[in-house]
Amino acid sequence: MLGYIIRRLGSTVLVMGIVGVFVFLLLHLSPGDPAAIVAGDNATPDQIAQVRERLGLDDPLPVQFIRWSGGVLRGDLGISIFSNEPVAKLIGERLEPTISLSLTTIVFAVVIAVSFGVLAAWRAGTLIDRALMGFSVLGFSVPVFVVGYLLIYLVSINLGWLPVQGYAPIAEGIGPWLQRLILPTIALGLAYVALIARITRTSMLEVLSEDYIRTARAKGVATRPMLLKHALKNAGVPIVTVIGIGIALLIGGVVITETVFNIPGVGRLVVDAIAKRDYPIIQGVILLFSGVYVLVNLLIDLSYSFLDPRIRY
Amino acid sequence: MSARASPPAATLAETAPPSRARPSFGRFLRRNPTMALGGLILILLLLVAVAAPYFAGDPISMTPAKRLKPPSAEFWFGTDHLGRDVFARTVFGARISLLVGLSVAIFSIVVGLAIGLLAGYFRKVDAVVMRLMDGLMAIPAILLAIALVALTKASVFIVIIAITIPEVPRVVRLVRAVVLSVREAPYVEAAVASGTRTLRIIRRHILPNTIAPLIVQSTYICASAILVEAALSFLGAGTPPDVPTWGNMIAQSRLYLSVAPWTIFCPGIALAIVVLAVNLLGDGLRDRLDPRLARRM
Repeated sequence: MLGYIIRRLGSTVLVMGIVGVFVFLLLHLSPGDPAAIVAGDNATPDQIAQVRERLGLDDPLPVQFIRWSGGVLRGDLGISIFSNEPVAKLIGERLEPTISLSLTTIVFAVVIAVSFGVLAAWRAGTLIDRALMGFSVLGFSVPVFVVGYLLIYLVSINLGWLPVQGYAPIAEGIGPWLQRLILPTIALGLAYVALIARITRTSMLEVLSEDYIRTARAKGVATRPMLLKHALKNAGVPIVTVIGIGIALLIGGVVITETVFNIPGVGRLVVDAIAKRDYPIIQGVILLFSGVYVLVNLLIDLSYSFLDPRIRY
Repeated sequence: MSARASPPAATLAETAPPSRARPSFGRFLRRNPTMALGGLILILLLLVAVAAPYFAGDPISMTPAKRLKPPSAEFWFGTDHLGRDVFARTVFGARISLLVGLSVAIFSIVVGLAIGLLAGYFRKVDAVVMRLMDGLMAIPAILLAIALVALTKASVFIVIIAITIPEVPRVVRLVRAVVLSVREAPYVEAAVASGTRTLRIIRRHILPNTIAPLIVQSTYICASAILVEAALSFLGAGTPPDVPTWGNMIAQSRLYLSVAPWTIFCPGIALAIVVLAVNLLGDGLRDRLDPRLARRM
């Protein structure tokens, strides 16, 4: 087990290193002068030269890479071109809304999706099953921003039940914080619900056909403990895997959802950076999100032997 | 699967004369309702997209006097804040969405197939290529595309490339998995033993095994590409704002949600219908072509 963890950590570091190289090279692989790209369309030659000097673009690529990655490892993601503030600080200021939205979405999606999936598998072939799975195809197909605007239009504008947009820090109280997160969470969670519900259903169907489920039924285990303790626990590995893969979906969705609902999070930071061509911010946010994705999937890999003691490394 | 395993039972059951002579179209529809529905919607949309210039009207011209008009006989889907015809823009938007969806599916399959065959067949290439692909896959697709588009001049072609790149690793993994399972098969060993050249083995024995899963995969890539393109345009990192795409329409109309919801929901619903149709087609194809995957999903 220890050997496996070490090997797995090693490959995680390797993957992050490759991500780092990609993110670093993005600016240099794109056609044209990187300094001119960063400085923008209306920059004077003076400004371009200034950008080039600030980013150290005159040094050879390997030197630039070592300097940049050394900074990243020390938590220095560079300086924003537009606001002249450290990127790490700008990201730090925006973390709370993004983490809040991600956590509420994961909790919402997992609870709803696993219930849906278990219900659909238990009632496989019935109208409930078909309706739930039809809903899941729909969840894949309707984009986050369409769901978001639909919810705003119906719930906030027409019914006036919830605030239209914005974010309230948790320091101002759980009530207002949660109130503003309800709609974004539903909009962002829909595709995630669809993904997890499908896998839960398939995985449960497989487990429900096992002999030990029949044995459990035969010895008189009630339906609920049979489904939850005997079946769901054994169906866990694929479900947890897809939750991890879905993090990528979630990250992309966060960027869009924050724009739709006007939430001042990391996603909005990167969207605003696109318009200003603030490249260090784009780089920093990509690194952060990729790191989260890789880390979550590492933890999930390591959780397998906890979920299913038969899995040994 | 089971039907193929027991042909005698099947022939006994069918007392009617051999029906395999010409499978009728009606029967195909009855057996594959999702695929038929998805395909039908897509064909209709393709026709609409191709014929757009002949019937849809002008998607660009502005009539400031007729701003934010609700749907009417004159403007079926109403007008937006610049007095542009939302119906014409929605129809023209289908062209970009379908173009991007199809191009990304084709490009990523071609590139991913080539890399996947190499990685799967030549073990020395494998380790390096797969680590690179792992790295590429760790970067969220939308962010990678945003970065690529932000660095270059926005154009439809750049958007297609930017969406293709994050899709490639998924194809590579799929192809590699197929190659790895096939390359140990007795018929490949026999081909190697009888001195068949490598290129011919790949073309004749390995490539055909990748086709069915790739067809299924290409529909999912197409659906995801259409969604990502719309998202990129919506975020201002996609096709130039003057091109009528669904993402651009929604982005430009979002301040008018409460007064002119049709400016957002017409392109939004169109987007959902296209993606739903592609997904239905994909699910149908998967059930037919790839029973193993069908059971897993």
